[in-house]
Amino acid sequence: MNGEMSVIVRTITRFVYGLIVVFGFYVIMHGHLTPGGGFQGGAVVATAFALLIVAFGAAGLKGKLNDHLLQSLEEVGALAFLVLGFIGIGTAFFYNIIANSGAVFGSPTPIGPNPGFLNTGGTLPWMNWAVGLKVMTGLASVVLVMLVGAREEEET
Amino acid sequence: MNPLSFHAPVLLIAIPLLGAFAVPLIGRLGAHLRRIFTGLIALLTTACAGLVAATVFSAGTPITYVLGGRLTLPSGMNFPIRIILEVDGMSTFMVILTALILVTAVFYSFSYWRRRSGGTMYDSLLFLLGAGIFGMELTGDMFNFFVFLEITSIAACGLIGFRVWQGRSQEAAFKTMALYTLSGLFVLLAIGLLYGKYDGLNIAYLAAHIGSGLVDRIALGLLLVALAMKAGVVPMHMWAPDAYGEAPAPISAVLVANSQASLYGLFRVLFTLYGLAISVTTLGWIMIVLALLTIFIGVTMALIQSDIKRLIAYGAVSQIGYMLLGVGVGLATSAGQPDYGLVAMQGGIFHMINDAACVGLLFLAAGVIIRAAGTRNLNMMGGLAHDMRWTAMFFMIGALALAGIPPFNGFASKLMIYESTFRYSPILAVIAILGSILLLAVFLKVFQAAFLGPRTISPIERPSRLMLASMGVLALVVIAFGLFPGFFVHTIVGPAAKALWLGRDAYIGAVMGG
Repeated sequence: MNGEMSVIVRTITRFVYGLIVVFGFYVIMHGHLTPGGGFQGGAVVATAFALLIVAFGAAGLKGKLNDHLLQSLEEVGALAFLVLGFIGIGTAFFYNIIANSGAVFGSPTPIGPNPGFLNTGGTLPWMNWAVGLKVMTGLASVVLVMLVGAREEEET
Repeated sequence: MNPLSFHAPVLLIAIPLLGAFAVPLIGRLGAHLRRIFTGLIALLTTACAGLVAATVFSAGTPITYVLGGRLTLPSGMNFPIRIILEVDGMSTFMVILTALILVTAVFYSFSYWRRRSGGTMYDSLLFLLGAGIFGMELTGDMFNFFVFLEITSIAACGLIGFRVWQGRSQEAAFKTMALYTLSGLFVLLAIGLLYGKYDGLNIAYLAAHIGSGLVDRIALGLLLVALAMKAGVVPMHMWAPDAYGEAPAPISAVLVANSQASLYGLFRVLFTLYGLAISVTTLGWIMIVLALLTIFIGVTMALIQSDIKRLIAYGAVSQIGYMLLGVGVGLATSAGQPDYGLVAMQGGIFHMINDAACVGLLFLAAGVIIRAAGTRNLNMMGGLAHDMRWTAMFFMIGALALAGIPPFNGFASKLMIYESTFRYSPILAVIAILGSILLLAVFLKVFQAAFLGPRTISPIERPSRLMLASMGVLALVVIAFGLFPGFFVHTIVGPAAKALWLGRDAYIGAVMGG
């Protein structure tokens, strides 16, 4: 059976995992406007990875989702967060230098009641993406490691 | 103020964090490059610590740093916003202590882990632990204090259980994790209570408003227990011998600095957050009783150990008692402020850096001894001094300093504690001296068992030059602090004691104004 689950589970997984990933990215993307943010969105995306790992087995995903890649991306996410802190150091660490600068996520925030504009927030959305990347890859590698450990215990 | 000094407090947290996150990526490029990078980060961190010290000591008043915005404190608002770092004499003293231990541990680890796997994760966790300790010492915000406390807990437990192939280190890591989590939750609950009552998390803001109501007392009790637990004070010390004993040798040294950061948190809460809002005599006596228990039980437990690391670990626990004793007498007398109270404070605080240096030296030497003898059991060692003269000398220096023998640093700080506590109540000094005498007996036993006698075993693994150099740096510190105590008390200990004892208004004023 080499770690795969039944065809029903695998088919459903193929349908829903894309939806889960999209929803997770939505939560990260709108972190500065709606409830949620990098951590929550990253955790949602990680559940999609967990679903894939459980349905197809760690062996079935070999080459597509490996430990080294996930851990490297996790470090990149953490470093990106820190770099976003450092770019404001002309004023103060974590200073929001991108806000109102015209760059991506940098358009001016209108004052008064409004539905919320995606292209605002400065470094905050960027930080959400950095945290999101770290959390999704970190949690996925945790699930991967735990699953491999559990399999090894079953076999012995 | 030049920009580098201005940003030094935050760089001191950000640079070890950068190291922790970048080491795994750089580790992929090769072990050699990783070592260069690790050494560079350690040296940069030390440079930042020096910069912070120079800035604070030349300013003479607490300096503040506001993260994420253009804001000059005091801002004139009656409510501090944003995350604020606040560095006074005591924080600076702790930063110097931590930087000294961290940089020695990093360089010692180069040789210690050279032929073993997992060096990347080890370096990463070590820097994370360092960043957490620096954060606890620099922050001016209760909630950030909790966050950094948790960072140190997680990193420390990862490092204690780092040798995953040993069952005992797993057990020690689990035990420590359970107790660290408990103390973290206590701290969080206390912060929640204070936040509910005063709508603020900034330490200076809370200190300006704090009263002596029921909520404040409950919060104080929770903070006192939690931080004493994390510092390894005696009724809550059961994790400490396991953690110090099972962790890799350089980590044991850093764990001592971590415990002292919790002790710093305790002092900060008692002196700065509460100050005279509560009965200082009662709290001072609670601390004194805990201190005497810690000294006595720590030393007597050390006496019966035959495992070298556990023995030093109990010795380290007993030393926490001396710091608590000095500062406890200082707290009990902080209402009347007699001269001997300040001397007791200085003695207690001076003993923190002395203990970190000589216990650190002993743990590093124990790491060499265990590698050489292939066992931790003192009954199976002997005659190591024939082949390892330098290690024997460093161990002797550390042991004599810890027992308070002149001309080493332990003597200088313990004498200050004995003299001042004698003025407060003679029995305190008697118990403290008794503890030191017993400790001397303990370490003579260790020295005799490990180093003296005929050459029974030949060393399996000799210490490298880098390991000897790291121990040499700590030994030099031990001797320098012992030979010139007046200079060091004047330059680094004095401002720290003054900041805690008399500096509450200055600490509040730096953020709140007036």
